[in-house]
Amino acid sequence: MVSLTEFLIVAAMLFGLGVSGIVLNRKNLIVLLMSIELILLAVNTNFVAFSYFLGNVTGQVFVFFILTVAAAEAAIGLAILVVYYRSHQTIEVQDLDALKG
Amino acid sequence: MLTPLHLIFYLFSGIALISAVAVVTVRNPVRSVLSLVVTFFSMAGNWMLLRAEFLSLILVLVYVGAVMTLFLFVVMMLSVDRESKQGGFVRYLPFGLIIVLLMTGLIAAAVGPHYFGIKQMPLPGADPADYNNLKLLGDVLYTHYVYAFEVAGVLLLAAIIAAITLTHRGPVRRKVQNISEQIAARPEDRVRLVNLSQDAKPEA
Repeated sequence: MVSLTEFLIVAAMLFGLGVSGIVLNRKNLIVLLMSIELILLAVNTNFVAFSYFLGNVTGQVFVFFILTVAAAEAAIGLAILVVYYRSHQTIEVQDLDALKG
Repeated sequence: MLTPLHLIFYLFSGIALISAVAVVTVRNPVRSVLSLVVTFFSMAGNWMLLRAEFLSLILVLVYVGAVMTLFLFVVMMLSVDRESKQGGFVRYLPFGLIIVLLMTGLIAAAVGPHYFGIKQMPLPGADPADYNNLKLLGDVLYTHYVYAFEVAGVLLLAAIIAAITLTHRGPVRRKVQNISEQIAARPEDRVRLVNLSQDAKPEA
């Protein structure tokens, strides 16, 4: 069977790819949300791997709750995205400067 | 040493990582979403290896079936300028690469085989014959974490209400009656009396 460290390294690589997606992507806000989903997937993989190797089911319960919160977050985030697109006709990250930040 | 489980693990992990790279780099957002679906599918396979059957199926059903479909709908609904999606990509590429390598390297050093190898974290024993992941999860979820479970339900309700209120546009083209307008109507608003007798002069 595969050892725990291999699962953790795969999760670390997924996490790094998600963070790089947030850094690299300057145009499309949807890809930004998808990068967040990648990061959450990496975290969940860590939880599941530790849950298996420590023989403790609590990790899986945590993954359950993280999935719930992530689904709610995706739904509200996409709703805000649609509303913003209706009023501004753009979702480019560089153009989101209404707050003059 | 190289068991079939290793092969399955490397196959799923390779597919997951390649499609995760595609999520970040592909120009077309629709392809980006579909690559993310492939990533979720292969990571669900990896979770199956870790005996988290219920969560693995939830990942496929809820994530691929609902959340990714939502993403796909939104991507197709908004006409995003496809060509200009990756503006500034090359400029930030070295920065992104440094971040990926630094972060992945640091985490890999922290979780390397020196600390979490098969010796340090041995495999759990064989599961009993009546092993039931769903029952195990439910035993904990509905006893110790029942309050958190109900809070999660309320959270989902709040998310539904928030998403619908944000995007709902109200009755735009519905043929509804406006009662107060109907009651306030006067005869001169509705009826125009025209004199049609012959001796009347035609109106200019």
